[in-house]
Amino acid sequence: MNVMNPDLAAPDTGATPELTARDFTTDQEVRWCPGCGDYAILKAVRGVLAEAGRRPDDVVFISGIGCAARFPYYLASYGFHTIHGRAPAVATGVKMANPDLDVWVVGGDGDFLSIGGNHLMHALRRNVDLNLIMPNNAVYGLTKGQYSPASATGMRSPSSPSGSVEAPVNAALLALGAGARFIARSADTLQDHLPGVLKAAQAHRGASFVEILQNCVVFNDGAFEAVRDKGLTADRTLRLEHGKPMIFGKDRDKGIAVDWPSGTARVVPVGDGGPVYDVTVHDQTNLALATILARMDAPDLPLALGVLYHVPADDFTAQRGDAPRRVIDRVALTGLLSAGKTWTVGETDAA
Amino acid sequence: MLDQPTPPDLSDNAAAQGPAVIRFAGDSGDGIQTLGAEFTKSSALTGHGFMTFPDFPAEIRAPAGTTFGVSAFQIQIGGDRVKTHGDTVDVLVALNPAALKTNLSALRPGGLLIADADAFAKRGLEKAGYAANPLEDGSLDGYRLEAIEISRLTREAALPEGVTKKEAETARNFWALGLVYWMFAQDRTPTAAWLKSKFAKRPEIAAANTAAMDAGHTYGDVTDMAPPPRLRAVAPASPRPGTYRTLTGIDGMVLGLAAASALSGLRLHYCSYPITPASAILHGLAKLGGEGVATFQAEDEIAAATAAIGASFAGGLGVTGTSGPGMALKAEALGLATAAELPLIVIDVQRAGPSTGMPTKVEQADLNLALHGRHGEAPLPVFAAAGPGDSFETVIEAARTAVTFMTPVIVLSDAYTANAAEPWRLPDVDALADIAVDRDIDPDGFHPFRRDAETLARPWAVPGMTGLAHRLGGIERSAGSGHISYDPDNHQEMTDLRAAKLDHIRGALPPAAVTAGTDAGRVLAVGWGSTQGALKTAVEDLAAEGHAVGHLHLRHLSPLPRGLGEIFALYDQVVVAELNSGQLRGHLQGLFPHVSFRGLNKVTGQPFTVAEIDAALREDLS
Repeated sequence: MNVMNPDLAAPDTGATPELTARDFTTDQEVRWCPGCGDYAILKAVRGVLAEAGRRPDDVVFISGIGCAARFPYYLASYGFHTIHGRAPAVATGVKMANPDLDVWVVGGDGDFLSIGGNHLMHALRRNVDLNLIMPNNAVYGLTKGQYSPASATGMRSPSSPSGSVEAPVNAALLALGAGARFIARSADTLQDHLPGVLKAAQAHRGASFVEILQNCVVFNDGAFEAVRDKGLTADRTLRLEHGKPMIFGKDRDKGIAVDWPSGTARVVPVGDGGPVYDVTVHDQTNLALATILARMDAPDLPLALGVLYHVPADDFTAQRGDAPRRVIDRVALTGLLSAGKTWTVGETDAA
Repeated sequence: MLDQPTPPDLSDNAAAQGPAVIRFAGDSGDGIQTLGAEFTKSSALTGHGFMTFPDFPAEIRAPAGTTFGVSAFQIQIGGDRVKTHGDTVDVLVALNPAALKTNLSALRPGGLLIADADAFAKRGLEKAGYAANPLEDGSLDGYRLEAIEISRLTREAALPEGVTKKEAETARNFWALGLVYWMFAQDRTPTAAWLKSKFAKRPEIAAANTAAMDAGHTYGDVTDMAPPPRLRAVAPASPRPGTYRTLTGIDGMVLGLAAASALSGLRLHYCSYPITPASAILHGLAKLGGEGVATFQAEDEIAAATAAIGASFAGGLGVTGTSGPGMALKAEALGLATAAELPLIVIDVQRAGPSTGMPTKVEQADLNLALHGRHGEAPLPVFAAAGPGDSFETVIEAARTAVTFMTPVIVLSDAYTANAAEPWRLPDVDALADIAVDRDIDPDGFHPFRRDAETLARPWAVPGMTGLAHRLGGIERSAGSGHISYDPDNHQEMTDLRAAKLDHIRGALPPAAVTAGTDAGRVLAVGWGSTQGALKTAVEDLAAEGHAVGHLHLRHLSPLPRGLGEIFALYDQVVVAELNSGQLRGHLQGLFPHVSFRGLNKVTGQPFTVAEIDAALREDLS
């Protein structure tokens, strides 16, 4: 159950029967390009939903526009395919009207970082209880390959034939800056990793932001090679575990040491190559460390995967304090209408 | 507590009754709107009919003493026939030269001008651009001038209450109010009580303002200052028995939305982004948080509209409100709500445009935007509120329509109606009809776009309901299954269905009716929104003279009511009066090509006067 505060728990509807991924599968034909990473993400999401045990009737998927925005059609829950960039705002309204629902928001890097950057920022800082997942393929797919806000500088595309001059957005850093309290990173192909991250995101009460590095076979094939190339990934990525030293490498022979107070991360040898006490232990509640981890990238440092930051706090509903499902009634309305100065004409009084 | 001098004896003037128009004007820091609110309250409690018109600058605090920093408040008080704030001013209170300069043109010849003589010193005159002191150079000979040292008299009255000199001087608005209270024999007890509670933590400030008000009142008594003879006896209204309160258009919207929530049993979710003049609805509803009303200050207009749509998708009553430029930003979301067929109320408190335009001034120029401002064909109902009390009813009707027909509804108000106040008879809450929400949906064979034959509405299944999980979206869907469909014939069918829904709504709304003047004849004056008071007054006056002229006011601009063409045919000429360059006229001309429409248009940021409409209609009647 996606419940950390028992006062806000969904009404108990009795024993939930065992669910499988099939229970969250619609009869709609999935129409993504063959080889698209979205298939793997969809599979992971269905599995996590089944395991979480929420009734499909209590689950809602909201999306904007883009390839990933087709998600709701392929999930047998409630769903709303809305307009470009605005899914976090629609989802905020859904959560306001019914805080019990398990609400997921799906949007690509164009949806979340460009046209919807504003709404993403505010959903995060308000800490609306949403599971925001962002497949990031660093390109606009549905509009045919233009560079996106996440594209690397220099990317050639139909709208940047000489190479994009823009610096890419670091999504995890942006989320940290917006005040997100759950930030994680994984990749479409990492089926031994992605489900665990999604599960943790769903369990978090408040806004959880998950960036899923994803290959676009048609317009940006080969992006995030560090994650996808089986030969490279062990040496170029770091899998984070809270409370564990940050060790990586095919032979588990490298670690990340953070020098404080400068906050500089460097690779140090581990095992035969060096002492393990040099290696920094991952603390997902440490904002400064999360900032360093979010920035780590090739060529000098591995890409950090897993939960970068997780510090729960009261979510939007709890903060508002008007969560009670109370609806104004006629008695209250009568009081409202006659609040303040009134005067009576004649003998009869309508009230 | 209050030393209550004998009010002027008005009995011998009973024959000379008439409404009175009073305007207070001063610097935007002078508390003019506060003074107006207090005068309004007192007018209400003494049984007068009234309509107010606050007219203030967009600048929060323009430099003191400048003409662009002038704030004004006008009220017409009188009997039952008071439906506007009045064309020309009978009594003008000018607290400084800039206020005189910008408001004198409204004062009728021979009208009473009360000026704070102390403010007409060199510096104030220069700031207002006067080469010579108008109080002394004879330029005001056409008026009855009372140049009073209000600042000095206020200081003398207020200082003994233990306030600073500056605090004492700021009480001069209450001195002026006290004087006007004297002139119109109004009770100042409620204002004294209000001051006491307002400044409960600074009782000396309350005492200073009360002392200033009493001093102004006494000044009237001692000098026997009276309003111009015609106004000595302002007849109280003789309204229907009942309990009354003062209501602005904003109040009407706020209470109407609260009522819609109570009548439907749906929790209200008002999602909005601050913008003048619609912000006041957000403020009003935010105060009702404890009453089961939820408000959400979104990050922008688009988020406000889409969050409201999300709230409706999840089973609440989603409402978004804005003004002028904000309405443009909501266009895409309105298309989504139309396609998804979700109930949604969108309030547009129109203001003068284009772009930022004149945020605090009135215009009715968003009609075309409301009727047509969406990509693709996305028809939706557009209603307009004709005044404060009508705002309450219109917004309830909008909610009923939105929920019954599963459609977004636009409600137009404007800057005049929003801020104007009138006496409002409290409705009998028990007599208000429920807004039925049908959640009895059979999961067997359910699909989200199966239609009710009578309303063409789809079932409103909401997340959490068992067995009714479904997907909505802005992509075109098959009329049969609700699945995504690019089939050409299907798009035609869905487009036709969306249009047909408006026809079904038309059938449920009351037919068109002439509400003032004659039922047939020479001229029919057609209006919508806040022009109602001026149109009705002008038409009633002309009809009383024997002219064959009628007035028809449209609340429903889309769909237009039944029977409109038949009514048009009963008049030689149809005059369409609106505060734009002819948007409704163009709309009507397209639908009724054989009717002869003439436009009566004004785009000055100011409401129509009765005289303007009277003159225009006489042209057609002569």
